[in-house]
Amino acid sequence: MIAVIDYGAGNIFSVKNALDYLGMESKLTNKKEDIESADALILPGVGAFPSAMDMLNKSGLVDTIKTEAKKKPFLGICLGMQLIFEKGYEFEECDGLGLIPGSVKKMEEENLIIPHMGWNKLEVLNDCPLLAGLDENSFVYFVHSYKAECDDKNIAAYSNYGGRVPALVYDGGTVYGAQFHPEKSGETGLKILKNFGGLIR
Amino acid sequence: MLAKRIIPCLDVRNGKVVKGVNFEGIKDVGDPVEYAEEYNRQGADELVFYDITASFEGRGVFLDVVRETAKKVFVPLTVGGGIKTVDDIREALRAGADKVSVNSQAVQNPQLIKDGADIFGSQCICVGIDAKKIADKKWTVYINGGRVDMNLDLIDWVKQIEQLGAGEICLNSIDADGTKAGFDIEMLDAVCKAVNIPVIASGGAGKIDDFSEVFEKTGATAALAASLFHFKELTVGEVKEYCRGKGIIVR
Repeated sequence: MIAVIDYGAGNIFSVKNALDYLGMESKLTNKKEDIESADALILPGVGAFPSAMDMLNKSGLVDTIKTEAKKKPFLGICLGMQLIFEKGYEFEECDGLGLIPGSVKKMEEENLIIPHMGWNKLEVLNDCPLLAGLDENSFVYFVHSYKAECDDKNIAAYSNYGGRVPALVYDGGTVYGAQFHPEKSGETGLKILKNFGGLIR
Repeated sequence: MLAKRIIPCLDVRNGKVVKGVNFEGIKDVGDPVEYAEEYNRQGADELVFYDITASFEGRGVFLDVVRETAKKVFVPLTVGGGIKTVDDIREALRAGADKVSVNSQAVQNPQLIKDGADIFGSQCICVGIDAKKIADKKWTVYINGGRVDMNLDLIDWVKQIEQLGAGEICLNSIDADGTKAGFDIEMLDAVCKAVNIPVIASGGAGKIDDFSEVFEKTGATAALAASLFHFKELTVGEVKEYCRGKGIIVR
């Protein structure tokens, strides 16, 4: 069972719909026991970094998530991916989950249309299991105004938009983060979610 | 590089896709969920569902359509029509929409844009605009399906929309709509230069090179069409293939 962590931020139903469509068993939950007993975790999220962290803190799940994410496959999506990093700078400096070294900053290259909204091509930097079986010409759907800054070694794939935008990050172990929405990225996104499910032991 | 998006729009009444919204004798042309699946197969980058139902019962049926589609089609879905309050936005998102498009109501109550963006995030607030030319390089905003002139300058309005936190603009040209003579390049260009948020071009698409033209001559990041796709004059796939041949990046 995949626990889709429901802490009040974002369109969790889309993620659930995609998992149902793929026949992957999942549960929307905000319970510590479910997160501990799950085979894998998905942390969705849309909205702002500080308010999402605030909701996570209030849910009392932060320590559980930090511990469990290192034990079993973990995928942060969109804002959920950004929360993986150590710090965010949306409106104010704010601590993240710190699962991968790095921070999240505003995209502010000149003349860039913000948000980065639409389909962009994945450029593979360090192959990882979630990218297995994808075409070279794979597009995924993004919508965000902040981006991660982290070491190249943690970037599985990026997209070009006013420079490199980390698209899929990876700690080399169990922790993955997708800046794009796999649940809204057509066949490519479904394949990535399927690959994630395939990591369950 | 970001791909240019091709977006089919489905007008829905009482749970059916209809054609000829502004004319008498509206015909039901089919099941919206089937249309959505077909457009998805053709490579549509997003889908817009526009509710033209006026009744309370119709609204429930409309949201059921969105709910069913969200279980089968995994590209972004936008819901327009009938969004008047923050609760309407919440209801649409809960049904599986990723964005809502607010139009007349945003003009009459701009606070709805700000409240929606603050609560749900800018990414899900698209502001739809119907505008018409009144003088050289001057356009005004209309509401109620293009029937009422608000005497509101288009360029002032789009700047205000951006300030209020909208994530996207869908700009429909009343002059071009239904003419099939191509998108309103001049108006789109003026709006794209005035704001720094994505702009969807709407109204006027009649042939395949209208799409490449709007991407070559304006900063629009997406193009929307309804009847062209409904009547199967063109498929989304044909439009994308043509744009690709012109060196435009599409998915």
